[in-house]
Amino acid sequence: MSKTLEIRGLRKVYDGHGRSVEALADLTFSVEASELVCVVGPSGCGKTTLLRCVAGLLEPTAGEVLLQGDRVAGPPPDLAVVFQEYGRSLFPWMTVRANVELPLRSKRLPRDRRDQLVGGALAAVDLGDVHGAYPWQLSGGMQQRVAIARAVAYEPQVLLMDEPFAAVDAQTRAELEDLVRSVWRRTGVTIVFVTHDIDEAVYLGQRVLVLSSSPTHVQEDLAVDLPAERDQLTTRSDPRFTQLRTHLYAQIQRAKRGGGQPSPPPSPETAAAPGT
Amino acid sequence: MRPGRRQRWWLGASGLLGFLLLLELVPRAGLVPDRYLPPTSRIAGALADELGEPAFWRALGDTLQGWAVGLALAVGAGVGLGLLVGSVPALRAATSSTIEFLRPIPSVALIPLAVLLFGTDLRSKLLLVVYASFWQVLVQVVAGVRDVDPVAMDTAHSYGLGRWGRIRHVVWPTALPYAMTGFRLAAAVALILAITAELIIGSPGLGREIAVAQTSGAVPAMYALVVVAGLLGVGVNLAARALERQVLAWHPATRREAP
Amino acid sequence: MTAARRVLVAVGLPVALLALWWVASADSQSFYLPPLRQILEAFADVWLGPRLVDDVLPSLARLLAGLALAAVAGVALGVVVGGSLRLRAALEPVLEFLRAIPPPVLVPIFILVAGIGTTMKVLVISSGCLWPILLNTVEGVRARDEVLEDTCRAYGIRGPARLRHLVLRAASPQIVTGLRQALAIGIILMVISEMFAASSGLGFTIIQFQRGFAIPEMWSGILLLGLLGVVLSLGFRGLERWVLGWYHGLRRAQRGPS
Repeated sequence: MSKTLEIRGLRKVYDGHGRSVEALADLTFSVEASELVCVVGPSGCGKTTLLRCVAGLLEPTAGEVLLQGDRVAGPPPDLAVVFQEYGRSLFPWMTVRANVELPLRSKRLPRDRRDQLVGGALAAVDLGDVHGAYPWQLSGGMQQRVAIARAVAYEPQVLLMDEPFAAVDAQTRAELEDLVRSVWRRTGVTIVFVTHDIDEAVYLGQRVLVLSSSPTHVQEDLAVDLPAERDQLTTRSDPRFTQLRTHLYAQIQRAKRGGGQPSPPPSPETAAAPGT
Repeated sequence: MRPGRRQRWWLGASGLLGFLLLLELVPRAGLVPDRYLPPTSRIAGALADELGEPAFWRALGDTLQGWAVGLALAVGAGVGLGLLVGSVPALRAATSSTIEFLRPIPSVALIPLAVLLFGTDLRSKLLLVVYASFWQVLVQVVAGVRDVDPVAMDTAHSYGLGRWGRIRHVVWPTALPYAMTGFRLAAAVALILAITAELIIGSPGLGREIAVAQTSGAVPAMYALVVVAGLLGVGVNLAARALERQVLAWHPATRREAP
Repeated sequence: MTAARRVLVAVGLPVALLALWWVASADSQSFYLPPLRQILEAFADVWLGPRLVDDVLPSLARLLAGLALAAVAGVALGVVVGGSLRLRAALEPVLEFLRAIPPPVLVPIFILVAGIGTTMKVLVISSGCLWPILLNTVEGVRARDEVLEDTCRAYGIRGPARLRHLVLRAASPQIVTGLRQALAIGIILMVISEMFAASSGLGFTIIQFQRGFAIPEMWSGILLLGLLGVVLSLGFRGLERWVLGWYHGLRRAQRGPS
C-alpha cells in the first residue's frame, strides 16, 4: 500500500535577476496515513518553500511529490492548507460561516452536506456561536480557528500547516495546539506541521523532521515516543520531553552551523544529563 | 514573469504605436466613415497645420492663462481657508455639513450665471475654474490639518514653540502631502473646467476652437485640437506629479488621500 | 455630543446662510440677483410641474444609462487589463492619454457622429465615465493579496467563483472610488451635452432661461442642479456604505482602538 505522502529528491532553485538561490537541495521523506509529522529547521532553511511545493502551489525544480501515489502538479483536491497569516487568508467580506463554506461550494457539494460539514467543523473548533461574524471582528486566535475549521470542513486526506501559531500569543498558542491534536485524533487526517518552535514540534508530533540549512536536506527524522495522551502540563514536564527537545535544539544549532549530519537520538534509558 | 522596466517601456511604446496604427487603418478600411473619424495621418497633418497658425497659439495661451490664474486663486483660497477651518475644531464641525452640501454641486450649474454676469470674458471662465478647483484643495487641506498628531503638537508646545512655530514645524509638514494631492486633483479639474467654459460659453481658448471646428465641418482640425487638449491634460498630470514628488522628497510622511 | 446638539451643529451654518441670503436679497432691485423668495416661487412653478417629467426625468435617465454602460464596460475591461501585467504595460500610455482628454470635448465629437439626440448624450456620458471606472478597476484588480490567492488555489476555487469572490470583491473598494468619480463626471457631461446643442433636458431648459433673461427661473434651475448633485451624492454614499460595509469595518479594526 502506497504511503499517503511521499517526497522524493525535492529540489527548488529560485532564479531571478542574475542570482539563483537554492532553497531546497534534496529532500526525501514520507508520511504514513494519519501521522502527525512536524518539520523544524533554522530560519531561512526553506520550510515554507517545502510546504508550498507539497501543496502544489510551487513547482519544484527537480524531484517529485506523491500524494496517494499520484504526482502532485497543482493544488490537489485532497489537500488543505492553513497559512500563517490568518488575517490575509480569510476573506474579509464574508462571514465566518461563508468563509468555511466557500471551498465546499467549489467542490459542488449539495446544500445539506455543506451545512452539516460547516456546522461540524465550527463546533469542532469551538466557534459555533460566532458564525455570523466577520473575521476582522474576531481575535487572532479565533481567526486561526476559522482557518482550521475551513480546512477541517474540506475533509482533506492531508492537512498542511505553515507555522500557523507563530503570530499568536503564547496562551492562545497552547489552546490551539491542543485543538490541533484533538482534531487530528478525531478525524484521523494526516498532518504535516511546519514550525520554528521546537517545544511545539515535540509536543504535537509523532515524528519530527529536522531540516538542515543550505544545501537543505533532511538532517534527522526523530521519532517522538511520548505517550499518545498529551497535555500541556504533564507532557511538558515529562523528562523524556526535555531530552527530546534538548536533542532537537542541539540539532538545530548544528544545522545552523552547517554540521548537517545527524547524531544519534538520545535513548529513553539514558538519564537526562545537562548538555552533551 | 513580471515584465522588467525596459520591457514595460517597449510594451508601452508598442501599445501606443498599435493604437495609432489602428486609428489609421480603421477609417481607411471603411469600417468607420472617415468624415467621422479621419485617419491618424490626416489628423497629424491638420495638427501640423494648426501649429503654424498664430490663432492656435493664441487660443492655447488663453486656455493656459485661464487654467493657471484660476488654479492659483483656488489653491490660495483653499489652503488659506483649509488651514483655518482645519485647525479650529469648532469651525470644522460647524462648516462640515455646509462643505459636504456645496461640494457636490456641479460647477456647470454656474454656467448660466457666468454668462449673464461676465459674458465670454476671462472672468466667466475663472468663475467656473475657481469654484470647481477650490473644493478639491479645501477638502484635502482640512483633512491634512486634521491628521496632525496631537502628541507632536504637545511636544512642540512644551519645547516653547509659539503658534507660528507650531504651524511651520508641525501642521504644515503633516498637511503638505494632502495639499499636494489636492493640488494635483485641482490642476486636472481646472483644465477640464477651463475647456468647458470655452466650449459652452465661447470664451477664447482651445475649447472654443474645437467647437468652431466642429460646426464648420473641419473634422481633422477638430480632432487635432482634441489631441492637443489631451496632451495638455497629460502634461498637467505629469507636471503635478513631478512637483508632488519634488516637494515631498523631503517629507517621509506616509501619503494618504482623503476620500 | 448629544444627537440634538449634533443636528444643531450640522444644520446651523446652512440655515444661517440661507436666512442671510433671504434677508439680504429681500429688497433686491438688482436684475441679476432677485430676492430668494422669487427664486423659490419660480422653482415651484417651473420644476414641480410637467417639466419634471418632460425634462428632469429623461435627463436623469440618460445619466443612469450612461453610468451603467460605463460601469459594465469599465469593470469588464478593467478586470481583463488588470489581470495581465503585460497588457497593462502595453496599454498604459494609450489609456493615460485617452483619460487625460477633458471629457467636455467629447460633446462636439459625438455630435458629429450621432447628431443631437439621446444617443449622443448617452454616448458622451458613458465615454466620459468609462475612464475613472476602468483605471480604478485596473488598480483594484492589481493589488490583490498573495495569501488570499494562494488560499483560493489551495482550496480549488477557480473560474467564475474566483472571479466573483476574489477578484471583484477585493477590487470593490477601488471600483467604488472609480464609480464616485464617474458620477461627478457624468453629471457634468449630462448638463453640458444638453447645454451645447440640444432640444430638451435640464441643461437645455436652464440655458434657454438664461438666453431669455428669465432670471428667477434661471436661478431656480441652478438651485435644482445643486440639489441634484447633493441628492445623487448622498444616494451614492448610502450605496457605498451598504456594499462596502465589510471594508469600513476592516479598516476600523486594522487601525486599532484609538
